[in-house]
Amino acid sequence: MKTKDVLLDPLFDNNPIALQVLGICSALAVTTKLETSLVMAVAVTIVVALSNTSISLMRNYIPPSIRIIVQLTVIASLVIVTDQVLQAYFFDISKQLTVFVGLIITNCIVMGRAEAFAMQNPPVASFVDGIGNGLGYGLVLLVVGFFRELFGSGKLFGVPVLPLVQDGGWYQPNGLMVLSPAAFFLIAVFIWVLRAFKPGQITED
Amino acid sequence: MQELLSIAIKAIFIENMALAFFLGMCSFLAVSKKVDTAMGLGAAVVFVVGICTPLSQLIYANLLKEGALAWVDPSLSTVDLSFLRFLCFIGTIAATVQIVEMAIDKFAPALYAALGVFLPLIAVNCAILGSSLFMVERDYTLAESAVFGVGSGIGFMLAIVALAAIREKMRYSDVPPPLRGLGITFIVTGLMAIGFMSFGGIQL
Repeated sequence: MKTKDVLLDPLFDNNPIALQVLGICSALAVTTKLETSLVMAVAVTIVVALSNTSISLMRNYIPPSIRIIVQLTVIASLVIVTDQVLQAYFFDISKQLTVFVGLIITNCIVMGRAEAFAMQNPPVASFVDGIGNGLGYGLVLLVVGFFRELFGSGKLFGVPVLPLVQDGGWYQPNGLMVLSPAAFFLIAVFIWVLRAFKPGQITED
Repeated sequence: MQELLSIAIKAIFIENMALAFFLGMCSFLAVSKKVDTAMGLGAAVVFVVGICTPLSQLIYANLLKEGALAWVDPSLSTVDLSFLRFLCFIGTIAATVQIVEMAIDKFAPALYAALGVFLPLIAVNCAILGSSLFMVERDYTLAESAVFGVGSGIGFMLAIVALAAIREKMRYSDVPPPLRGLGITFIVTGLMAIGFMSFGGIQL
């Protein structure tokens, strides 16, 4: 496969959230604001890319029977570093993300790509695959975060865009968007739109 | 006693792992096509999370927390190893899943056959790591974390069995083709989450 395909494939054709059903937990919980979505997307992209690279480097030395524990150890160490960096430089955001930074460890995207791609491919391709999947994940996160923050509180990145009624403007905020079920509906709509354009992804049942 | 009961009810209904925090969503969506398999996965999760949460609490309170190593040597009372908690918890979970798998295989082969492939998958179920991390965040004691662990496991099981039942019925409905499968499952889960939000009014 060409490097470009490896990078761009996960964005629409093989999106980790919409098609592979990976990494949904965090996609739903952190998307109330665009800012947290962005930080989470960047954190996951970095962790996937680095874990793919390091697992790919070790792939010929990992005994198959203990590969899950080896993968989890690599991923957990990377997540610890990410968590420490976030706490050091973005303390407020790291407080808002609470346990979800730690849950990157069990984010199925990281494990799934390590298992499905990095175990069979050389380091450079694995790195690019990690970046691509991180971007595909980040794309969904940003789309959901954009709509939830815009319609839920009339802001983008904390900057007021739609003037709210209680501040003398005209926009009545939609309370549902701030609540967690809104993320489900938005991802469902995202999948709906994606599959309407790419009928090959339609599944029966 | 009343304290423990309210933690259990909170973990099962009000702060349901799957429907309020969206943890364990991957297996929640992937393994909810049939009620039988959903039941098997749910039971396995209850089992593992019920063991892992108190175990992680012991590890955290006695080894990792700031000053927790004072029982080894007074000079260690300023050591703070809490940044190692992710690694320790995931290790605990992976080891527990492995041990539980071997124990069930030895002593209850029928149950082992029923759970089959779901057991190893539980190691990467975020509901389990999530409940260990929430335990740290909320400073639970050993008894509280045991109750919280079992409670959140039961909550997950309740949610996944309910979703599987709905999906079995949904096979007869006419869903627009691009929405079939994953899309409509998301919408159903969203509606279930709204339903579960009504428990939020309960004051404990």
